[in-house]
Amino acid sequence: MSRRARLWMFAPALAGMVALLIWGLTGLPDFGHYRGPYGKVLAKVAVPERKATNVVASTTFDYRGFDTLGEEMILFSAALGLVVLLRELRGEEEEDEEADDDEEGIEGREERTSDALRIFGLGLVGPTVVLGIYIVSHGALTPGGGFQGGLVLVTALLVVYLAGRYAAMRRVSPIPMLEVGEAGGATAFALIGLGGLVIAGIYMKNFIDPGTPKTLLSGGVIPLLNISVGLEVAGAFALAFTEFLDQTLLLRGSGGDES
Amino acid sequence: MSFLPYAVAAWLFGVGLYGVVTSRNLIHLVVCLTVVQSSTYVLLLAIGYVGAGKAPIFADIPQGTTVVDPVVQALTLTDVVVEAAVVALLLALVMQAHKRFGTLDPDELGVMRA
Amino acid sequence: MIEAVKIAALLVVAAGGTAVVLVRDPLRQAVVLSFYGLVLGVLFFAFQAPDVSLSQITVGSVGVPLMLLLTIAKVRKRERERE
Repeated sequence: MSRRARLWMFAPALAGMVALLIWGLTGLPDFGHYRGPYGKVLAKVAVPERKATNVVASTTFDYRGFDTLGEEMILFSAALGLVVLLRELRGEEEEDEEADDDEEGIEGREERTSDALRIFGLGLVGPTVVLGIYIVSHGALTPGGGFQGGLVLVTALLVVYLAGRYAAMRRVSPIPMLEVGEAGGATAFALIGLGGLVIAGIYMKNFIDPGTPKTLLSGGVIPLLNISVGLEVAGAFALAFTEFLDQTLLLRGSGGDES
Repeated sequence: MSFLPYAVAAWLFGVGLYGVVTSRNLIHLVVCLTVVQSSTYVLLLAIGYVGAGKAPIFADIPQGTTVVDPVVQALTLTDVVVEAAVVALLLALVMQAHKRFGTLDPDELGVMRA
Repeated sequence: MIEAVKIAALLVVAAGGTAVVLVRDPLRQAVVLSFYGLVLGVLFFAFQAPDVSLSQITVGSVGVPLMLLLTIAKVRKRERERE
């Protein structure tokens, strides 16, 4: 059906749906009067039981660890689908061009970035990596954890690309290493849960001694899960960026690259 | 006025959906989908908020102070990262669609053949 | 009663979301999306959720706009070669 007909059908449907949504939302308790017992019980009980001061981290990786396993698998399959789609795209394009090899062509054509950018970038890479590792490892104590820290690590990789050349970024993070890192992170997460099954009889049960609060090794199995999640998130996003950059910088025989 | 967070969540949902339906560019469509996703984050966090509560990190506040609900925060934070990966997948699909059909207009897809 | 900070953050988020949808050119939308990601991060921070705010700022201000820019570059490159 034509576009106008579709839009005319959409307008009342949207109005009706938003009205229903608002009517449903008025049934919720008032803002600020949270009623549910789960959150209050967790806030009271999480630190004495698991000795991890970040209650959100112990919820994500311990009390609701099974949900996080599902999210990990979503992340993994999204990265997998992305790689399959873009590899096929690149494979077809490399067939109908007589272009030269990736590495040399790119190195020859990219202009040098300005010196100020290179120095600034060089200065930023080290602290960013340290910050990423800090956020990942202190996930059980302060806000942070695997998800956030993994993304900060990917930012370090991007700084290498921005300040240097694409070839430098590829040399620092070859695709097989990224794939192994990502798959390794996902597998480690599932296997640690399996360890809970083997040692304590319940899948994903926290089977390591919790330790004392506010130390790095508190929370039992939570720091390990943080590290595996950080590995996977960093691997998945670095893979996504590398594949996207590959697509953009792919050279053709006659044209040049614009970046 | 205490209905404002829920109203903003519903507004974002409606606006994002409107953007998805009336979009003429596939990339614009994917970004409007991001807005719809963000409405769910706002709704989740608004549900879990406890009046005069603090962040649920007990590193420097004594045990027993009122904190906001940690469960919805756990759900939202994994959600944010995973949805970004899904958006990456959608953008790769957009690239493929552009290659096959030569156009980014959702209405023209399936008509031209590359 | 909600505090003024939360009210202001909510209104800016609503305006930002509307702006992201109403900007039709994908290139400009990437910039507006980056700003919207930051504003959402501030809102989550006002809601006492620092973990969520961290994730949102990294992903929404850096991750997604960057992927958008790369997609736009790729699409434009192919269109230029097609002519």
